[in-house]
Amino acid sequence: MTATEKYRNNFLQEVIANVEEGEWVRMCMQCGVCSGSCPLGPHWEHPPQEIFMMIRANKRQEVLSSSSMWYCTSCYNCIARCPRGLPITHIMHGLAHYGRKLGVAPKELPTIKFSMLFWENLVQKGRVNELKLGLRLYFMNGFMNGIKTALKMQKIGLGMFLTKRMTPMEMLGGHGCKDAKGLQAILKKAQQIEDAKTVKQG
Amino acid sequence: MADKKFGAYICKGCGIGERLNANQLASVATKEGKMAFAKQHDFLCNSEGVAMIQADINAGEVNHLMIAGCSKRAKMEAFNFDNVVMSRANLREGVIWVRPDTDEAKETTQEMANDYIRMACAEVRYMNLPSSSNEQNLTGHLLVVGGGITGLTSALEAAKAGYNVTLVEKSDKLGGVSGQLYKRIPNRAPFKDPQENSVVDLIAKVEANSKIKVYLSSIVAKTEGAPGRFKVEIAAESGPTTTETIGAIVQASGFKPYDANQLPHLGFGKSPDVVDQLGLELLAREANGGAIKRPSDGKEVKSVVFVQCAGQRGNKEGYLPYCSGHCCLTSVKQAMYFKDANPNIDTAIIYTDLRTPGAGGEDFYRSGQDKGVTFTKGKVSEVSPNGSNLAVKFKDLILDEEVNLETDLVVLATGMVPNSGVDIEAIPIAIEEVEGEPKKPVSDVIEFPVKGSVLNLDYRQGADMPQLVHGFTDSHFICFPYETRRTGIYAAGPVRRPMDGFQAMEDATGATLKAIQVIENSALGRAAHPRSGDLSYPKFRKEGCTQCKRCTVECPFGAINEDEKRYPFFNEARCRRCGICMGACPVRVISFENYSVETVGQAIKAVDIPDEFSEKPRILVLACENDAYPAIDMAGMNHIEYSAFVRIIPVRCLGSVNTIWITDALNSGYDGVMLMGCRKDGDYQCHFVKGSELAHIRTSKIDDTLKGLNLETERVQTLEVAITDIQRIPQLINEMAATIEKIGMSPFKF
Repeated sequence: MTATEKYRNNFLQEVIANVEEGEWVRMCMQCGVCSGSCPLGPHWEHPPQEIFMMIRANKRQEVLSSSSMWYCTSCYNCIARCPRGLPITHIMHGLAHYGRKLGVAPKELPTIKFSMLFWENLVQKGRVNELKLGLRLYFMNGFMNGIKTALKMQKIGLGMFLTKRMTPMEMLGGHGCKDAKGLQAILKKAQQIEDAKTVKQG
Repeated sequence: MADKKFGAYICKGCGIGERLNANQLASVATKEGKMAFAKQHDFLCNSEGVAMIQADINAGEVNHLMIAGCSKRAKMEAFNFDNVVMSRANLREGVIWVRPDTDEAKETTQEMANDYIRMACAEVRYMNLPSSSNEQNLTGHLLVVGGGITGLTSALEAAKAGYNVTLVEKSDKLGGVSGQLYKRIPNRAPFKDPQENSVVDLIAKVEANSKIKVYLSSIVAKTEGAPGRFKVEIAAESGPTTTETIGAIVQASGFKPYDANQLPHLGFGKSPDVVDQLGLELLAREANGGAIKRPSDGKEVKSVVFVQCAGQRGNKEGYLPYCSGHCCLTSVKQAMYFKDANPNIDTAIIYTDLRTPGAGGEDFYRSGQDKGVTFTKGKVSEVSPNGSNLAVKFKDLILDEEVNLETDLVVLATGMVPNSGVDIEAIPIAIEEVEGEPKKPVSDVIEFPVKGSVLNLDYRQGADMPQLVHGFTDSHFICFPYETRRTGIYAAGPVRRPMDGFQAMEDATGATLKAIQVIENSALGRAAHPRSGDLSYPKFRKEGCTQCKRCTVECPFGAINEDEKRYPFFNEARCRRCGICMGACPVRVISFENYSVETVGQAIKAVDIPDEFSEKPRILVLACENDAYPAIDMAGMNHIEYSAFVRIIPVRCLGSVNTIWITDALNSGYDGVMLMGCRKDGDYQCHFVKGSELAHIRTSKIDDTLKGLNLETERVQTLEVAITDIQRIPQLINEMAATIEKIGMSPFKF
């Protein structure tokens, strides 16, 4: 970034246009209550307050490629406490989503992997298939890791089976919502609308 | 008044009758207090009781009243009789409410009450009825010094209230700094956009008002006299001088912007594209809603950086140490000049603490954020020209990194420097003292107008008003804004503290009302704030005066000049009736009709002092009636117990305490003396500014006297208390009683 681009409004305007609840970013007054309230605060690269300041400092690449937003557990502490009423959790997810869509979000984060697995699982039948999701998570980091985790979880799995919390029959198709095809069509349309709305950058 | 006729009235209401032996009180009043009669009443402050007193007054049976009952601060409306002298013995808040209702305590409680009766009787015997000096006339004419937003508002408000106004403005046009603004910070909901500058209307209204006379390009060349009869010389730049008779003065001399040339590291003077806030107002006025162009090459500004706290809020050499209060909101407003013209212009405000005072301050800040102004917490270290741009070097305190950015224009938010005139305490007036010759009156020595002075006061104490901190005119801003240390002269606007235009307008209105009050009060010979309406004023016995000048020097209000023969010359219209001169006088020749060395001294001596072996010490408390005494009364209302051995006397100000009272008290056998006054430092709470401080200085030397008398130094304490010390004062009293018990009784009991 050259000296003439620093603290310019370009990225803020991009965020306002393309990120869910992004128009709130300009209203942050830098009190830091969100950062202090976040249970994961000490582990973030940039707490929310800093992310907002970086947006206003025009640090596009650093913000969108940051792992920070992916640490959010949606505990909503920050929203409850923000004196300016910023929907911080939503903005974090909005930024995460936008970064991934542009392909600049970090690739190897477990939260990103989980989110993708969850989404793919859900879209298929309109319901989360817990057995399949669980297994895919076990094997997320390779075959051997998957076997190890599965063995470790053996007892819990058996217990769930015996108390009828889970059935192996779910492996065969599993339950779903009515008209899963219709749901997929809706989601596809929504994606098209969102893509059309996204203001082209650069 | 012809003969003094003394009478005592003893109220038995509020439990006094049950707790105390009223017959004994009455007999103390008549036998020891020498009252002609002592009437008892079950409910003295009801209409019947008051009517009884009024009937006695009307019948000519009494004109000096001693009323025993509640505190002198209570039931003031009921016991409000014309043309009589009155003292009050505080038996309720001061005795029964602070003592336990037990058999063991009965004796000491009754003794306490008896003493208060003796003291009030002694006091009233030495009081006289004060009357106006009849020296004053009604001069319904106000002088306003300064034609900015403060002065214009003041002039207009006074004219609306029916007073004539003379407005003196140094420059050749009205409006001051406010008149140079393109738009103003909003004062109306929804506080979203800059507001039209209404100063133009204000000027038009002032010019159209027949009661207001405006002198442009003129200064106040000399001010002499006192409230109600100031003689003011107004000198025009072109030569002619006019003299006007003025009732009261409002000093609205405002401020000058801090000289940004002192900030070369922020680029001022190095590039024409670095401007201060007034400089930007000029650019905005030139653009008049269109694109603002930068001064160097006329290019339309595409990005602008505002540097907050430039040359202020720092302890660097040449920096203003204080916050000027308006600059954050002014920068928000100025950023909006750009954003409203073109939302794509980048505006960044670099602040360390964003302060947005006022009702709509926060809303206006939000509106700025909403419009896309970038606020960033940071410290700017350098601004320098870089080609056609400006390079701004700063540390972002949120992101914790050093930043170099380039921009088209930089605005420095510099502070306010008050136009207070000359600092009379820094520059002592050099008066030639010739051996053996009487000193010449000040006006013969000083040449008017004094260089740099605003008011050119022909006062012994100096040409302008005293300043408090950072060059701002002292205006008692903690307790009584606008009240200065020169009676009848009121400071308003940024000359007394930093503020924005709307605050200045409010200030002007307040100060104008104060000025009107002093005009009306002084016409009747009555005191101004805080003893508003008091007719008493200091009289002095010339034959006894040693010309020591302590009274003239120590009077905080500059009320006392010196005459040709070097005697003090009292200007009673300037006097606030605090009695500080009375406390200062080593030969005790200064007194008020109803408050004197005698009234208090006799009350002190009237107390019955039990002998050394009685185990009943006596502690005298001289308590400032403004803060300490109300706190003691409130302790009573809360039934907080304290020692039965104290005898409390309210004084007008701790500064009015003459050390003879302390010496007399110790000589007549008191075991301890406590002086209670107000806080005295830069954040003073003393109603009379200097009283408590002077009392502390005077009593700091009392240790030697005590040692001379072979007494322990712990026996005299000078304390700073506040009106909120309701718990603390009883504690202090009890600690003193414990100290006396430890060190033993005074040997001076006869």
